[in-house]
Amino acid sequence: MLSVRNLIDTTSLTADDITQILDTAQSFAEVNSRAIKKVPALRGRTIVNLFLEPSTRTRSSFELAEKRLSADSLNMSGSTSSVVKGESLADTIQTIAAMNVDMFVCRAKFAGTPHLITENTDARVINAGDGKHQHPTQALLDLYTIRENFGHLDGLKVAIVGDLLHSRVVGSLAPALRTMGAEVTLVGPPTFQVMDPAWFGCEQTADFDSVIPDVDVIYMLRVQLERMEGAAIPSRREYNRLFGLDTVRASHMKEGAIVCHPGPMNRGMEIMPEVADAPYAKILDQVSAGVAVRMAAMYLLLGGEDNDLA
Amino acid sequence: METGTPKATIMDEKAMRRAVTRIAHEIIENNEGSANIRIVGIVRRGATLARLLAAEIADIEGSAPEVGLLDISFYRDDVTRCIAPVLHKTDIPFGLDGRDIILVDDVLFTGRTVRSAMDALMDFGRPATIQLAVMVDRGHRELPIRADYVGKNVPSSHEEDVRVCLEPLDDHTAVEIWDIEPKASEGGDR
Repeated sequence: MLSVRNLIDTTSLTADDITQILDTAQSFAEVNSRAIKKVPALRGRTIVNLFLEPSTRTRSSFELAEKRLSADSLNMSGSTSSVVKGESLADTIQTIAAMNVDMFVCRAKFAGTPHLITENTDARVINAGDGKHQHPTQALLDLYTIRENFGHLDGLKVAIVGDLLHSRVVGSLAPALRTMGAEVTLVGPPTFQVMDPAWFGCEQTADFDSVIPDVDVIYMLRVQLERMEGAAIPSRREYNRLFGLDTVRASHMKEGAIVCHPGPMNRGMEIMPEVADAPYAKILDQVSAGVAVRMAAMYLLLGGEDNDLA
Repeated sequence: METGTPKATIMDEKAMRRAVTRIAHEIIENNEGSANIRIVGIVRRGATLARLLAAEIADIEGSAPEVGLLDISFYRDDVTRCIAPVLHKTDIPFGLDGRDIILVDDVLFTGRTVRSAMDALMDFGRPATIQLAVMVDRGHRELPIRADYVGKNVPSSHEEDVRVCLEPLDDHTAVEIWDIEPKASEGGDR
């Protein structure tokens, strides 16, 4: 049984919680490899996907996970909800909750929105990304992918590289890796570095090349191109030269090391196409793991039974 | 695992081995050989029994039928609030289409586990037949399900727990009856 009622952040999860979610996800990965990729585990449960911020991959991953668990889902976006008519989010949540739904999956522009939902409903809540705060299921699918490759997480060295400041990957993945006994180094240009790396339990550096030979996982973050021409970085070319992962840099990677990326990728910017498509890049594995991990999180929060009696 | 002693031991290791041998013969006879047979054990004890059954059939027929493992957690109809889901591996490395599937479990009780297992099997393919083999049938069916092969029929009350102990999952091999509190009478097939 998980120690949490809702999945809002990874900092609330214990190592046992994370292990249970990853182990359960392994069972669901097997389901996803079958010809009929569907089980009745959450039949009769209703899940509301409340996406107040645009999202394609996270939303489709959750929807697919719900369908494969046989749950009924209701999709709502910011523009189609009564929030646009001036109704408060709390009222919207209470209204939907009054229809006896079992779970909210919430993506929001503002940090703290999923937490606000937990205060207005007894239904379970999963944070599907809130502002720059957290994206716990993304972190869990990253952990799953890394564990599948190495068989364990403790003792691994991981570099998270790029736009650290605006990334919710840092906030959710770094603490989760620390909980599981991995060592994390944050790598990024000074303008993208976090104020207090010690809060995440991490070291921080701007020297990417010195980190590469030492780590088992290089986790490349997406550079938000819309912000690129601003003051944060002089140019795309310079960013690519200093922090882009190309085949030359990749050739200095430790044997057996892997590359991850949360997507969507800017090919030619933070990652070169030859690296993104190389066998050591596990980016598509991360996407596949996403469905299984989300199935596991929903299953463990909503149901599940001690089948040791069976 | 509860400490104490069982109320009665109704099958010892030898009796269980004889039962497996007999069931193996019955399966071969009913299916006119073992060529089209595939065995699927419900984890955990059903899986152990499935392997024993396959080895016995191999002794008789000269070749062992393939064995798959089935975890029915996701198919249960009694999912309530979380206790602690214990998931096991499902591994069916063969196609089910057109095969005679021998579904194996340790105890047949309400029939709900078997119903769930049949639902699960149907998601893997369309077997020609599904036949059910159990070590113990303890009665109290809640669904119209019966076993094709039974090691032993053991009439029992709801206040009793019928346990199939199997090495290496347990420290000995036997079928035992234990007294239990009525509230906790959830053992075996549910």
